[in-house]
Amino acid sequence: MENLTDYLKEERSQEWRDQIRKSMKTKERTTRERVDMPEEDPNIRNKSNLEVNRGLEEELAVLEAQRCIDCANPTCMEGCPVGIYIPKFIKKIETRDFLGAAQVLKETNGLPAVCGRVCPQEKQCEASCFYTLKLKKPAVAIGHLERFAADYERNSGKASVPEVGESNGIKVGVVGSGPAGLAAAGDLAKFGYDVTVFEALHEIGGVLKYGIPEFRLPNDIVDFEIENLQKMGVNFRTNFLVGKTASFEDLKEEGFKAFFVGSGAGLPRFMNIPGENYNGIFSSNEYMTRVNLMNAANPEYDTPVISGKNVAVIGGGNTAMDSVRTAKRLGAKRSMIIYRRSEEEMPARVEEVKHAKEEGIEFMNLHNPLEYYADEDGRVKSMKVQKMELGEPDSSGRRRPIPIEGSEFILEVDTVVVSVGVSPNPIVPSSLPDLEITDWGTIVVDKDTMQSKTIPELFAGGDIVRGGATVILAMGDGRKAAAGIHKYIQEKIKAN
Amino acid sequence: MSKILEKEYFSKNVVKLVLDAPEIAKTRKPGHFVIIKIGDKGERIPLTIASSDIEKGTITLVVQKVGVTSAKLLNLNVGDDVTDVVGPLGKATHIEKIGTVLCAGGGVGVAPLLPIVEGFKKAGNRVITVLAARSKDLVILEEQMREFSDEVIIMTDDGTYGKKGLVTQGMEEVIKREKVDLSVVIGPAIMMKFASLTTQKYNITTYASLNTIMVDGTGMCGACRISVGGKTKFVCVDGPEFDAHQVDFDQMLMRLGAYKDKEYAAYQEYLETVETVA
Ligand SMILES: Cc1cc2nc3c(=O)[nH]c(=O)nc-3n(C[C@H](O)[C@H](O)[C@H](O)COP(=O)(O)OP(=O)(O)OC[C@H]3O[C@@H](n4cnc5c(N)ncnc54)[C@H](O)[C@@H]3O)c2cc1C
Ligand SMILES: Cc1cc2nc3c(=O)[nH]c(=O)nc-3n(C[C@H](O)[C@H](O)[C@H](O)COP(=O)(O)OP(=O)(O)OC[C@H]3O[C@@H](n4cnc5c(N)ncnc54)[C@H](O)[C@@H]3O)c2cc1C
Ligand code: SF4
Ligand code: SF4
Ligand code: FES
Repeated sequence: MENLTDYLKEERSQEWRDQIRKSMKTKERTTRERVDMPEEDPNIRNKSNLEVNRGLEEELAVLEAQRCIDCANPTCMEGCPVGIYIPKFIKKIETRDFLGAAQVLKETNGLPAVCGRVCPQEKQCEASCFYTLKLKKPAVAIGHLERFAADYERNSGKASVPEVGESNGIKVGVVGSGPAGLAAAGDLAKFGYDVTVFEALHEIGGVLKYGIPEFRLPNDIVDFEIENLQKMGVNFRTNFLVGKTASFEDLKEEGFKAFFVGSGAGLPRFMNIPGENYNGIFSSNEYMTRVNLMNAANPEYDTPVISGKNVAVIGGGNTAMDSVRTAKRLGAKRSMIIYRRSEEEMPARVEEVKHAKEEGIEFMNLHNPLEYYADEDGRVKSMKVQKMELGEPDSSGRRRPIPIEGSEFILEVDTVVVSVGVSPNPIVPSSLPDLEITDWGTIVVDKDTMQSKTIPELFAGGDIVRGGATVILAMGDGRKAAAGIHKYIQEKIKAN
Repeated sequence: MSKILEKEYFSKNVVKLVLDAPEIAKTRKPGHFVIIKIGDKGERIPLTIASSDIEKGTITLVVQKVGVTSAKLLNLNVGDDVTDVVGPLGKATHIEKIGTVLCAGGGVGVAPLLPIVEGFKKAGNRVITVLAARSKDLVILEEQMREFSDEVIIMTDDGTYGKKGLVTQGMEEVIKREKVDLSVVIGPAIMMKFASLTTQKYNITTYASLNTIMVDGTGMCGACRISVGGKTKFVCVDGPEFDAHQVDFDQMLMRLGAYKDKEYAAYQEYLETVETVA
């Protein structure tokens, strides 16, 4: 870490940084209020696909950038899994060098417009900001500023393509095109490798495309960032399921020297309660895939989706929030969250819960489904729900929900989305008998290099290793693995 | 993208397509399927790989027109591209030399049955195939089935061809006549349900290949889920073949109907707008 400290110190002592620091008194910076993100009207957005957060205008962005005091020890950076040089990019915004700010972002983050939108900033960089830690004030809006700089660059038509090293002709395969795979591919290309990303679906992007909805992350933003990778020389193969279309052995024969597996957590979990296979009951993956990836709500597209009047979404995570808000947008009269704990324990981002409430989502917290009932065609028509209360904390530290006997009642529903978690995608592990996996089906790797202990040429990261995490953690893994792969291949070359 | 290299009509609504797909051709085994999608706005549908040629790098599909996507596929010609083709998906059929295998296919199930019949024959089994249809003009793939079967029995509901009666009657005729070691049934859920009840009566191990509704085909969505032995299974990754005596066919029947109204409406619209123009 010494290098990094030195580097930060050197950069910070550059004249432009010095000047901008001195241009305003610290006191003036720290007494400012954090700027608010402008939002689309809840009653308009809940009937359309318009993006909820509208982004900061230039003036607001500069005002917010001025709040950052350019700390000598920027703790914020410790909270960013991809190590964005946060004060540097923010100070570039303050000097109105917006393109320069975007360039700083892209040194370590291939998807800044995505992360600026979907990162749980309040738990990451912003949780470690000086304002949060020491001043007990709202953090610098690092995420909003990141989004601003990335959007500015994209809209300017002057987007720069990160420099790539001289091609070394060595083939490396990336399995899965979610954020983990994309981050790994970007760094591997920068090191000069001949990178091919294999994706099972017909579109690149993983959960960014099939999961996170348009109103939070427009698809064309994801596409733009993918095009950047293509310009860096990364090859993409869609409709290619590694382990099925070709095995790892086949690919090794084709000359691939190492692999990064970022195959995600694909397998949806159900609760195994009576009636769960009735029609109109979906996993959130199916619901979101139909609507986001297949565009089912648009009559011009062939894939159908059931748009219910009374929709219940089971769960309290980000996926549940996305599903319930999607149901509202598909025209549901009642769109309800059914969650067995209280709002305090909800894993979803605070911002998403707030947005959902504004849009008219009903929250039935401390409720748990017991059984579903269907009409004569097998279409769900109602469900039995039980009320819960909170008991002692369990092993996760959250208070355990306990059923209240006799509190059951029947709720009318015609669509249910089960959003109670996912398990790791089993296709890669089941095609590699030697691969060490946990009882949960996640791949076991060294936590610094992301290398498998049993198959040295295989590295992995993202949800297939963590079981379910965030975009930015997946990207951090991808970057670590790219460095691990680089080291592994260079050592092998030296040994020969 | 896969180019269509050959197209042959087996009947008005059934077509054989040979696609350029060298990677899939190399790894596929009997029982495997692909998911295809036509155009940017198309839906993803599963189709069994009927056969493949590793040298030519091709796979063969046999497609029956039942709705919008299958109709769009039938409308493509040699030289056209199928936008997306991914596979091979699912678990391969467990093919072994076991003795006498009774294969039964009906309706949409006859096409996916073909590679299984071929596989068991090539493994050295005696293969008897029962093909069922409502009437004569709906009997498909008879010739192809004969090539790999020791005997083909045809059953039609109205007696216009072969014997009059249901698929189960054809099956029972064989079971009563000789020892059957294994049975494979593919077809509409209702047909598989009764075929399965028939073999259960005689204690014959039976596999059913389930043609549920699918979206991704990689175990990600759960659209294809079905109850087998009281447990929820995903047909695309755990199947498509299961022990027929454990499958909840009533549930499967119900789940297949999930989009019936929408599919019917879309198909009518498609027929009116596209096929009348063509
Ligand atoms: C609805 C929803 C909302 C979310 N919201 C947020 C949010 O707001 N903020 C946040 O930080 N996180 C959020 N997450 C979580 C986040 O999206 C994931 O943690 C992240 O996408 C994991 O990235 P990954 O690269 O590991 O896998 P994925 O994004 O799952 O990508 C894996 C890809 O690999 C492909 N694949 C799998 N197997 C193979 C194979 N054998 N061969 C080829 N390809 C294969 C898959 O098709 C898929 O495209 C959300 C998740 C969902 C589902
Ligand atoms: C593993 C698997 C392998 C298959 N292999 C083949 C094959 O080799 N050749 C072939 O012609 N078909 C096969 N099918 C069936 C094929 O996928 C469907 O016919 C197709 O999805 C119909 O799409 P569509 O848009 O044309 O019709 P839709 O508009 O989707 O459906 C039209 C009508 O067909 C019914 N239907 C829809 N899907 C199915 C289904 N899966 N099974 C039975 N009825 C259905 C619907 O209820 C509806 O009434 C297979 C299915 C599976 C799951
Ligand atoms: S990538 Fe995420 S964690 Fe890192 S600075 Fe941006 S918003 Fe914060
Ligand atoms: S900790 Fe906060 S104030 Fe300090 S450099 Fe980082 S963002 Fe700026
Ligand atoms: S088709 Fe999606 S899980 Fe099987």
